[in-house]
Amino acid sequence: MEKKNIYFDHSATTQVDSAVAKKMLEYMTDKFGNASSIHSFGREAKKALEEARKQVARLINAEPTEIIFTSGGTESDNLALKGIALRNRKKGNHIISSQIEHHAILHTLEYLEENGFKVTYLPVDENAMINLEDLKNAITDETILISIMFANNEVGTIQPIKEIGKIAKEHDIYFHTDAVQAIGNCHIDVREMNIDLLSMSGHKFYSSKGTGALYVRKGVRIEAIQHGGAHERNIRAGTENIPGIVGMGLAADIARVNLDDHIKNLTKLRDKIIDTILAEIPSVKLNGHRTQRLPGLVNFSFSFIEGESLLLNLDLKGIAASSGSACTSGSLDPSHVLLSMGLNHETAHGSLRLSLGRHNTEEEVDYFLEIIPEIIDKLRKMSPLYNPSDIKVSNPCDQCINR
Amino acid sequence: MSIKEKVLIAMSGGVDSSLTAALLKHQGYDLIGLTMNLHESINDEAINDAKKIADELNIPHYTVNFKDIFQKKVVDYFLQEYSFGKTPNPCVACNKHIKFQALLDKAFSLGANYIATGHYARVSYNDSAKNYELLKGIDKGKDQSYVLYNLTQEILKHVLLPLGEYTKEQTRTMAKDLGLKIADKPDSQEICFIPDNDYKKFFKEKMPNKLQKGNIVDKEGNKLGEHEGISMFTIGQRKGLIAAGKPIYVTAINSTNNEVVVGDNEDLFSNSLIAQDVNFISTEELRDQIEIEAKIRYSAKPALAKLFLLDNKKVQINFIEPQRAITPGQAVVFYQGEKVLGGGTIETVNNI
Repeated sequence: MEKKNIYFDHSATTQVDSAVAKKMLEYMTDKFGNASSIHSFGREAKKALEEARKQVARLINAEPTEIIFTSGGTESDNLALKGIALRNRKKGNHIISSQIEHHAILHTLEYLEENGFKVTYLPVDENAMINLEDLKNAITDETILISIMFANNEVGTIQPIKEIGKIAKEHDIYFHTDAVQAIGNCHIDVREMNIDLLSMSGHKFYSSKGTGALYVRKGVRIEAIQHGGAHERNIRAGTENIPGIVGMGLAADIARVNLDDHIKNLTKLRDKIIDTILAEIPSVKLNGHRTQRLPGLVNFSFSFIEGESLLLNLDLKGIAASSGSACTSGSLDPSHVLLSMGLNHETAHGSLRLSLGRHNTEEEVDYFLEIIPEIIDKLRKMSPLYNPSDIKVSNPCDQCINR
Repeated sequence: MSIKEKVLIAMSGGVDSSLTAALLKHQGYDLIGLTMNLHESINDEAINDAKKIADELNIPHYTVNFKDIFQKKVVDYFLQEYSFGKTPNPCVACNKHIKFQALLDKAFSLGANYIATGHYARVSYNDSAKNYELLKGIDKGKDQSYVLYNLTQEILKHVLLPLGEYTKEQTRTMAKDLGLKIADKPDSQEICFIPDNDYKKFFKEKMPNKLQKGNIVDKEGNKLGEHEGISMFTIGQRKGLIAAGKPIYVTAINSTNNEVVVGDNEDLFSNSLIAQDVNFISTEELRDQIEIEAKIRYSAKPALAKLFLLDNKKVQINFIEPQRAITPGQAVVFYQGEKVLGGGTIETVNNI
């Protein structure tokens, strides 16, 4: 049999769209100018920069002037949190976030805590959803910023962003959302959702690594954290990465035009995976919200199984997936997200994340669904933790028959 | 088309395991490369070397985390033995618990029926006895069978050690011929998890409360000086002191009295020991008394001896000639010619 080569790890990164790559190359070779130069080469680059700004803004219903280009999601998160905190120190020193944020948020908040800020990390329920009452109760006179991610990178749960935006607005608190996973996968309207700051990363929506943007609503002032030339409205110094930015602009256009179809296709594939796995494999748990989730992302915990062994077995069968835990990167710490959702350590170790993308097909999903039961069965039989009588049938209908 | 046998190969990034991979690949096995991440001192360079080799050979390669089990079974054991004044061999513990058992478990979970390592030793099947034998490597200067005495029939059945058939020189030449980029990499010698090969510093950092000052005494018990803790000493070590114009050596470590006993070179020789935690690779030929050659440390020459079974896991070894600096905590390994019968941990040393 021919060796498969199936990519189910789009939450990690995506392949650059061929039209995007072509355009990037053009801006590396022929149109290589520095956007700050006054001559024709510079003007050409500047024009492309501003066109890309429009394209990115349009994807989230923002104004072009509200877009600051950065090197990626991590920098955008750092700029948003530190920029707001440092600017508003006199107004208050309290920030509200959640326990399941990406480390780009969590570690930046830790840094701010070391520098005199106080942070409330909201807990989440078993579906990784925050509770709006918890949010309201956490607000104090000192609160200057709420930062809640749009969609979780490990389990895919989408937060009630519009409601959070409303609460923030009522209390006159800035609202930042890390939308790195949501961009190109969800409808985002910063006006309707009352979002003041939003982070995105180019390589999660078929553009290149090393590109990102921070949306900052008009009138919201943030402190620069990187100093130098007067680029990006004095907020982000450094010669603009024109090829990357131009590519991200085109990728944003492609994502916007195809968004409805993209969501529809991925949701269909996602639901097929969820329904089949829950019906055919016993003692399995879907992590994250059943419906309020990213269209292409599933995360399962298979009892009695190490996530690492599962990933290696899938890789040998030609399927690239990832684990909710960081086992493969050399740490045995289970995922902070799964632990926050109330999973025990053992279950949090056995999770599998599949994140589907634009190029995946139903045939690929079917191949995965065909091989996964035997891999799970084989690994369970070898597990010292496994006891067949512990196996619970997850399909409620089967349980009825057994009774 | 016949289905190729799947083999999980442990790849450290060094010459030996890389060549092992190359040899097995050329023999037509379906290989999966695995680098075990055992402790903080494993650098990215070694892992990258292993990945590069796997890439050259076009085999899948993974890095897996064995840090927890390595800490428990090797590092903690190592520190504990030293705290009792013994001199452990961590490689023996690692080969017993991790390199082979944990690796084999991983192999099965990946659908491989064999594991391979770059040890210089041989495995062969004895048709008449119907069991597997562990044999010395062809290169007697490089033979590593000493550290493998804990292997069992169950494991040997699934182990490939292709380098046992070659000398180190041959492997380097073959690695060069095959164009492997690590052919000239120096051999690793030290204890892998101890930085700068300084076990004393390592022990002081990890077990600061276990160092207790005590006396240095002669064999009659007369106090000659003081020491900073018995864990800083090993049998046969020269103290650097000159007593009556002769160098003196550590001849015994007494953990009950927290004493280090010193004496002349002659005091280092003993003709008997008791070993515990004994493993016999095959129990076929076990009798109450067996003529063997015994190796009391990795670098020692095998010496003629008689082995007496005390019980299942305990033996007494009586040497024909007294041996110098037999050290509790080290492994004693029993040979008959090329064959490894088994081995154990030296518990006590006697003169009979």
